[in-house]
Amino acid sequence: MTVHPTECLLRMYDQHHDLEDYQSGVPRWCTGCGDNGILAAVQRLCRDEDLRPEKTVFVSGIGCSSRFPHYMKTYGFHGIHGRALPVAEGIRMARPDLNVFVNTGDGDCCSIGAAHWIHAIRYNMNMTVMLHDNQIYGLTKMQASPTSPRGLKSNTTPHGAYLEGLQPLTVTLGVQNVSFVAQAVDWIPEVLYDIIAAAYRHKGLSFVRILQRCPEWLPKMLDPWVHDPLKIMLLTHENGLKLSPNISKVYKTQERHDPSNINRAREIASVADPIPVGILYHNPEVPCYEELRDAGQQRSMRFIKAGLEAEFDKFTVWPQDADSKAQPSA
Amino acid sequence: MNDTVAEIPIKPRLHETRNGPAAAKEKPATTLSEHIVEIISDSGEGAQRCGQTFGAIASQMGNGVWTVEIIPAEIRPPARSVAGGSGNRIRLGSGRVTNGGNETDLVIAFNEQVLLGRVRTGELKPDCTILLESMWRESRDESIVTSYVETHDQLVKAGYKVIEIPMEHECKTVVADARRGKNMFALGMLCSIYSFDLQVAREQIALTFGKKGASVIAPNVKLLEAGFEWAENNLDFKYRIPAKRSTEPQIVVNGNTALALGVLASGMEICAMYPITPATSVSHYLSSVFEKVGGVVHQAEDEIAACTFAIGASYAGKCAVTVTSGPGYSLKQEGIGLAVMGEIPLVVINVQRGGPSTGQPTKVEQGDLMASIFGSHGDAPKVVIAPATIEDCFYSVITARKIAETFNMVVVVLSDASLGTSQQPFLRPQFSEAWLAPPIDQSEVPEGAKPYDWNPTTGLARRFIPGQPGGEHTLTGLAHDRLSHVAYDPESNEAGLRARSLKLAALQRTLKTPPVFGDPKGDLLVIGWGSTKGAIEEAVENLRAEGRKVSSLHLTFLQPMAPGLKEIMQRFKKVITIEGNWSDDPNGEIIDESNRRYSALAMLLRSRYLIDVDCWTEVRGQPIKPNTIQRVLLDKLKQR
Repeated sequence: MTVHPTECLLRMYDQHHDLEDYQSGVPRWCTGCGDNGILAAVQRLCRDEDLRPEKTVFVSGIGCSSRFPHYMKTYGFHGIHGRALPVAEGIRMARPDLNVFVNTGDGDCCSIGAAHWIHAIRYNMNMTVMLHDNQIYGLTKMQASPTSPRGLKSNTTPHGAYLEGLQPLTVTLGVQNVSFVAQAVDWIPEVLYDIIAAAYRHKGLSFVRILQRCPEWLPKMLDPWVHDPLKIMLLTHENGLKLSPNISKVYKTQERHDPSNINRAREIASVADPIPVGILYHNPEVPCYEELRDAGQQRSMRFIKAGLEAEFDKFTVWPQDADSKAQPSA
Repeated sequence: MNDTVAEIPIKPRLHETRNGPAAAKEKPATTLSEHIVEIISDSGEGAQRCGQTFGAIASQMGNGVWTVEIIPAEIRPPARSVAGGSGNRIRLGSGRVTNGGNETDLVIAFNEQVLLGRVRTGELKPDCTILLESMWRESRDESIVTSYVETHDQLVKAGYKVIEIPMEHECKTVVADARRGKNMFALGMLCSIYSFDLQVAREQIALTFGKKGASVIAPNVKLLEAGFEWAENNLDFKYRIPAKRSTEPQIVVNGNTALALGVLASGMEICAMYPITPATSVSHYLSSVFEKVGGVVHQAEDEIAACTFAIGASYAGKCAVTVTSGPGYSLKQEGIGLAVMGEIPLVVINVQRGGPSTGQPTKVEQGDLMASIFGSHGDAPKVVIAPATIEDCFYSVITARKIAETFNMVVVVLSDASLGTSQQPFLRPQFSEAWLAPPIDQSEVPEGAKPYDWNPTTGLARRFIPGQPGGEHTLTGLAHDRLSHVAYDPESNEAGLRARSLKLAALQRTLKTPPVFGDPKGDLLVIGWGSTKGAIEEAVENLRAEGRKVSSLHLTFLQPMAPGLKEIMQRFKKVITIEGNWSDDPNGEIIDESNRRYSALAMLLRSRYLIDVDCWTEVRGQPIKPNTIQRVLLDKLKQR
């Protein structure tokens, strides 16, 4: 089939997407909420990768972060608390042609949905998971979350949180089949974008923990890190994050870290201060569950009928006179 | 551990005890219209395989068959324990057999303890013939000898026709390890007793052990022949149940396999599940065949994940299915509510077991009807259908998928442990293209079309599937408007609730009034649902033969209910439901009309139709017997 060059250009123009093609509504997050920065980075990524809106699905659970899909002009699934991951897995299993993103919070992922988190890492299905970690329950008005630091005063811990905060990166890095783990902070947009882009390009489950400010309930908690660039440790590597000169000039605490080194990744993951930012672990070789489960069998009426008839044969009692058919084929 | 025999009720002696060996070789066979046989052993001794094979042979011979598994609750219960008996119960008939029947006529028991389990639960006829392994009489363990002898003597005294058989000894003349072959010896005896063709039995064994090869088939056939020979030479009775062979091919599977075949035939592609008794065998079988036709059985990390995985798959593609039982069904409720709210098609198969909580995992109960209709918080309308036969199990999944996708609803298929483990031959289905799900819609959505453009009359809206250009929207479990935007305003909330509810009415309008079994009017109408159908109809048939004006009605659709039910009920003086769930005994000391709890279906019928529907229920973990129902109905007829 030949296509006129002009038509080709027109089609390219038609299929090219601008930022507005991914924007839907006015986000109802608080001013200064880290979710806004994540949304901007993701919309930019969609534009730069020219993702077709109808082939892209954002899946979320419940919480401030989980409003995310509503602000994307793609398909979205704003489900129930803690279950974003299994919903996304079902979508991925049914539709390998879709781009699947998951937006989940520290309560959604690390508390009520913790079982699914562990198993999602193990399934390693191709999707990009963003953990919006603000270390507090925001939508329900300030209760301690599993990632809240010890001593944090909240409505359910007026005397301070009793337990050490759970570190999502060390947990993720401890699960078999982990294939991509990164950490970002909402206040360095350029690096946030680069990390989400690397996560998107990884085939398998990419897990990005994004430390995120909550101006409403914990307005000052991350201030020391926001205001002192030296308290951010950027992880750089030719197979990981490559820094622009501007970023390098401001954020001088850096470590050259090879993302294939899982042992070092685990050590880095347990560092809370300075905050490590970058790609901790990347292994492109881990198989994806949806591909392991693909038996390569076409689904068509003919196959289903043949399969069903073969099964019926196994269980059929034939009438005595039907001699020619009397032997079950199984 | 050897239990004592003190609890055996002494029953009138109807037959003389006969001990076999002196019998003549040529003996006339007594003709029977039906018989109930049990084979029971310790778990792992193969009584279940013997029973299933016997059922298959009987089907081959053209007999009507209903087999029920006798399952201990534990995987490896202690040997020789009253509660640990494992086996099979086979009801044979001349014509079609629709249920497990009443008490057992003949039982083969591998030890006296497992037999006691059956005696105590009242499963054996007062004059039941018992073929009992006699090796325990010579045991080196004195306590075993004592237990065996005492039990034997008591059973004889109680009127049972006990025949001691040296099965172990006889098997050892054929194979070294009798423990692994006794079941085929027993099968041989049964083939002789019921005048079955030994060649059909040989072929069935070849089919059963086919995968394992000739080295396994040969000794099993030898054992079969030895058992047959022994019974021919040593037993003084023989039965013949005249068979009417079907002229059409028939399928012999249990209800759970039939459900899995239904999943295959429905064109669904993804089944997400978590292991739970007694539903798991649906997925076992499906796992072994689904991939051949491009399907996937996903064993999720928990029941909630199984449900939400299926929801995700449904949302983005063809309707998916999740399979579970009681406790798992409870766990799925929030997910089911999400599917209702988002109007995502979903099939949920619940193979009911005894509840609440962990309850009785291997036992039958019809306790989840209310949870199925009203489960999940808020108003969450779902469709609930209940297969009543093994054949229904197959077709109900196809119907469920169709309704789910036509109405974008959750459809619950309520089977139970009895249907799940029972076998009954049914006509081999003729494949139809109409069974399959159509390919998913990936066409462009017209400009301005809304994701929830509810039809004001039917509540129906076309759903947009990811991949459809122009259909981009975010599905949400929050209250939403026609654009799928989160909406807390009163009008939008009501509009959504109305639309989701209307779909049930729209479906109801398409349903046919179910047929009445018996005359369309009379003194008493019995209403049931699910696995009790065969037993109810048998009881009704017997009473009608006595001239009683009793009819029955069996409901497949529990939500919505078919039109015309009120008119049917009004043609009878009394209406009663028979169900396998709890209801208070109206004669209880502190029970009266103001506090009596009715059974599930009775409550539904009373509230919907304002008819004084009575109920009788049993929750003994076993299928309700036809003669029990007959007695209950007679009592009801006599009540003023």
